[in-house]
Amino acid sequence: MADVISLRGIHRTYVMGDQELHALDGVDLTIGSNEYVAIIGPSGSGKSTLMNLIGCLDKPTRGSYHLDGLDVGNMNDSELANVRNRKIGFIFQSFNLLPRASALRNVMQPLVYRGVPAGERKERAAEALGHVGLGDRMGHLPNQLSGGQRQRVAVARALVGDPAILLADEPTGNLDSQTTREILGLFDELYADGQTIIMVTHEPEIADHCARVVRMIDGRIADDVRQERKGAA
Amino acid sequence: MFMFLEAVSAALSAIRAHSFRSFLTALGIIIGVASVIAVVSIVQGLSYTVNAQFQGLGSNSLTVRSFTPFRAALQGRLAKLTEDDLHVIEHRIDGISHITPILFDPQGRASQVGYRAQSTFTQVFGVGASWIDVQGLYPQSGRYFSRSDDDSRRMVCLVGVDVVENLELPDPPEGQFIRLGSEWCRVVGVMEERGDLLGFSQDDYVLMPYPSMQRFIGGAQEYDIRIQMLVDDITRLDEVKERIRRVLRQEHGLTAGQADDFRVQTPEQLASGFNAIIGTITAVSGGIVGISLLVGGIGIMNIMLVSVTERTREIGILKALGAKRGDILLQFLIEAILICMLGGILGIAIGFGIGALVSAILPGFPPAHVPLWAVSLSFGFCMAVGVVFGIIPAAKAANLDPIDSLRYE
Repeated sequence: MADVISLRGIHRTYVMGDQELHALDGVDLTIGSNEYVAIIGPSGSGKSTLMNLIGCLDKPTRGSYHLDGLDVGNMNDSELANVRNRKIGFIFQSFNLLPRASALRNVMQPLVYRGVPAGERKERAAEALGHVGLGDRMGHLPNQLSGGQRQRVAVARALVGDPAILLADEPTGNLDSQTTREILGLFDELYADGQTIIMVTHEPEIADHCARVVRMIDGRIADDVRQERKGAA
Repeated sequence: MFMFLEAVSAALSAIRAHSFRSFLTALGIIIGVASVIAVVSIVQGLSYTVNAQFQGLGSNSLTVRSFTPFRAALQGRLAKLTEDDLHVIEHRIDGISHITPILFDPQGRASQVGYRAQSTFTQVFGVGASWIDVQGLYPQSGRYFSRSDDDSRRMVCLVGVDVVENLELPDPPEGQFIRLGSEWCRVVGVMEERGDLLGFSQDDYVLMPYPSMQRFIGGAQEYDIRIQMLVDDITRLDEVKERIRRVLRQEHGLTAGQADDFRVQTPEQLASGFNAIIGTITAVSGGIVGISLLVGGIGIMNIMLVSVTERTREIGILKALGAKRGDILLQFLIEAILICMLGGILGIAIGFGIGALVSAILPGFPPAHVPLWAVSLSFGFCMAVGVVFGIIPAAKAANLDPIDSLRYE
């Protein structure tokens, strides 16, 4: 199994006034292709910081980060934007869809920054929306969709660029239990298709769903266990 | 180019999403551009018409008139052009096809004329036989002055159409006698109509043969005349002008150190004074517009800054999806420029409408004329305003931190 993510001695330090805050304090983590990983931990444990680093939204203060063979730790902003665009599919708790754009346009957006021509963009976006079961809702604006549907649009948007990892930040935090099951079911399918999924959550039931659970405490990995998946279809 | 088109499309959809706000944002620009186009179109309309009038005089015409320097005027030494000067030019300078003296009433510009119970003030002047050719203006009815009118200093006149109207002359007016001061003068024809210029009629005048005019104002003294002529070959205009100058200097006995006591003018020179005024008005209105565009630009910057703050989360999303700093910068910059350009287009249209309306409503105003330079200049200025005042909000948007902006509520 090739390593998709390789973090070595990662530190992330924030300076607040004259105080240094070590959000990440020496993290080593390797995630292989087609893994299904949950990152859990209490608030303030550094899991969001780790998530931002993995997602190339932030840079480590110290340490090396390789993503899909690329030395991401030493890239500039513009190169990082490129990596986000090509390697990472984001899914957020609050969906983060573009409010004035239709579902289709939302899904098309990442392809804009990749220079895909409009016709092909539309085709691929429509295909991705069909994949998540929203083929008949392409023209709807986000506020015309239910929470579960919005998150499906977000999943389609994350997948349309065929990313190396799917990075989900509390993807079911704003959803009821029925919709949560639906979205997790969707994730299970993607996992079965070979997608690498990393999910940040604070809900143990959601973490139980994953094949591997990384628990963070005080900016460090407290334990990292592979487990039998529960509740999977 | 690809990213540019994408940015244009993103900017357009943002403008469309807030169409009313975008309109209000652009209002400063719209008003600024509309006012400059309105002012320029009216002023240029005037200038266009006036210049056409001067051109109507014939661009190959020359006018000689006396010129008294201010110092000499204070000393009571008034310069004068006389009939001798006319003859000198006539005989010693070739290349002149038509030449005529013009003699105004030295007492004042307007003289009282009357017919039966009607009386009015009008301009009376005496002209030579070539006047109609020099002016390119002919009688619309009746006849022009004949040699025998000149020779016998006959009291005959041609009148402008306004005089016919003001004096309520019967139709046809030829053969009627009108009162000119204490004399009677027979109308032999009516001059063709010239229309209004700047609201002033150009058809309110009475023409007399030059010798008759001399007799009318009292022949004892020699009066200051104006001399107008047509030059055969327009390419030799300057040469003829220079020769007239030399001949007249000699005739007036001016020594090398003395300044000319006359002026030889082309229609362009006559028009240039007027054009200087037009230029000043245009420049002043341009300055005012510059200020209003500045104010409009600050308004745009203000709204764009608010808009960037409001769309912080959206910007965060775009960055997470892979938008580079430059992509965001371009999108917001183009949005500002597009707002300015749309404002500019609207402003040009409105300004043109106002200009056309004003010149249509005000009597005697020539039709509005919008020169291309004014349109392209204001349009270019709008774009510049968009760039200058859009860059700060766009830079602010581009430099937002993706993590913070994704968290922004």
